Amino acid sequence: MSTELIFKSVAELAGMLDSRKISSVELVQTFAARTHAVDGRVKAFNSRDEAGALDAARASDERRAKNQATGPLDGIPVGFKDVIAVEGQPLTCSSKMLANYISPYDATVTEKLKAAGAIPWGRLNMDEFAMGSSTENSAFGVTCNPWDLSRVPGGSSGGSAAAVAAGEAPVSLGSDTGGSIRQPAALCGIVGLKPTYGLVSRYGLAAFASSLDQIGTFAHSVEDAAVMLAAIAGHDSRDSTSFETEIPDYRAELGKRKGSWRLGVPKEFFGDGLDPEIAASVRQAIEFYRGAGCEIREVSMPFTSEYAIAAYYIIATAECSSNLARYDGVRYGHRSKEATNAIDLYFKSRAEGFGQEVKRRIILGTYVLSSGYYDAYYIRAQKVRSLIRDEFMRVFQDCDALLSPTTPTAAFKIGEKSADPLSMYLSDIYTIGVNLAGLPGISIPCGFTAGKLPIGLQLIGQPFREADLLAIAHRYEQAHDWHKRHPDL
Amino acid sequence: MNPAPDLNIEYVANLARLALTDAEKAKFSEQLGNILHYVEKLKQVDVTGVEPMAHATTIPVVNVWAADVAATAPSPEKALQNALLNAPAQRDNMISIPKVME
Repeated sequence: MSTELIFKSVAELAGMLDSRKISSVELVQTFAARTHAVDGRVKAFNSRDEAGALDAARASDERRAKNQATGPLDGIPVGFKDVIAVEGQPLTCSSKMLANYISPYDATVTEKLKAAGAIPWGRLNMDEFAMGSSTENSAFGVTCNPWDLSRVPGGSSGGSAAAVAAGEAPVSLGSDTGGSIRQPAALCGIVGLKPTYGLVSRYGLAAFASSLDQIGTFAHSVEDAAVMLAAIAGHDSRDSTSFETEIPDYRAELGKRKGSWRLGVPKEFFGDGLDPEIAASVRQAIEFYRGAGCEIREVSMPFTSEYAIAAYYIIATAECSSNLARYDGVRYGHRSKEATNAIDLYFKSRAEGFGQEVKRRIILGTYVLSSGYYDAYYIRAQKVRSLIRDEFMRVFQDCDALLSPTTPTAAFKIGEKSADPLSMYLSDIYTIGVNLAGLPGISIPCGFTAGKLPIGLQLIGQPFREADLLAIAHRYEQAHDWHKRHPDL
Repeated sequence: MNPAPDLNIEYVANLARLALTDAEKAKFSEQLGNILHYVEKLKQVDVTGVEPMAHATTIPVVNVWAADVAATAPSPEKALQNALLNAPAQRDNMISIPKVME
């Protein structure tokens, strides 16, 4: 099998399609063969409609034959986290609750990708309803890290990250509520981009925490992430939090933006709990930027580093308990066969359909919203959230972007943290503040541990300045080859 | 470890319409006790005069209105088919549920 082909960038694949070196049908067949060869071990996919993908590939080849190809994604397979709707395909959220659910419509990002000629390529495993940091909370089994199959790929978009890292898909979509794109990208050694809240429509994304959720992308390179973002970004009247802003050609902007960037380094993000190997790699990346003429400024974010996780787990669980009230066994989703009346139907369907982490978060969220605790927990957490956003905006007065580790440790062992929810929550310490403040963030590969596990560098940008964020990330990537290393499967 | 004295798990589970086993009640009480103990730190923060932030928008977006016109709908047949596509039980083009009245 051509491992060269499966790890090529979207730009390279588009060039081969344009020059007729390969057809889209052959491309889908190549990724299908790779998936058949390795997914028994990686377990990134929940399901795949290979026949449908081949039909779409044939249509793409016909467009190209008539010189009507729609751009760099025409004929390219794109993996979907199993939380984003594709009409006629399953959408399970990796939950027993939605095990048999079929999407009646396309998400906005799906419409946009289809219009760009991209081919939906499978449904990728995740933590149930996107709640988790390891993909161990899936009702359908654990996805394994392609670099070390005894370790987690991260989460919640673990299947999306593992599929790209393992060469089963060239790019994929994920969703990021507290780090669910950046953290698995770091643990799997690929690029993961979480856009500014409001840049990408959430219509057709099954909701977890609506004020934090954002769709983003996984790719082998910053350039591919830029291509994907340009395809999925933009205002959508079907998402009332969608923002009207001009969408630049992010890929074309990569080379144009060469400013001498001012990059902030939050000193609290290098404190206790950060693995020394990760710290060393991230510090080397910071030195690269200094050497490249950027101004490195140490900044202090004591508030975010101290309070972000506590505020997040109140706000996210409150929103989850409200959003997941819709799963009542009535209109869709799992229905208990044991129920004898309508109220009993709610209790039993939810008890049977939801897994442990989802139940735990629904209970916590219901509690912090309940009478007598609402002000003490929920409103207080929202006020702390304002202060966290203010802290980010204050450091951005003097910085174009921030640099930090994406995660405190490299990929941990399957089972290592699953019995202790709080220690799992703490693994999102560097990513969560970005969601609370609604900022864009990207994780790019910046090295490996002695044990050959990938390390991620997180770059945090100013709102709606993805073009700058991508250009800054691209500058590092151009001078390093971490992103060109692939696991031996 | 850190039991949360205020967390009445039966009461909250009832609000959430979630049937929990005795084992789940015991386990969640302890785990949520630890988490609630951790989030106690928010009480140290002086939030006097701070506005609660309900959304992640850095630029405030309020009262987003849509034109009061029907979106391009699929045919009535397709709309019906979509609405019932995932219904666990149906009868005469309606979703059916167990008896509500005793």
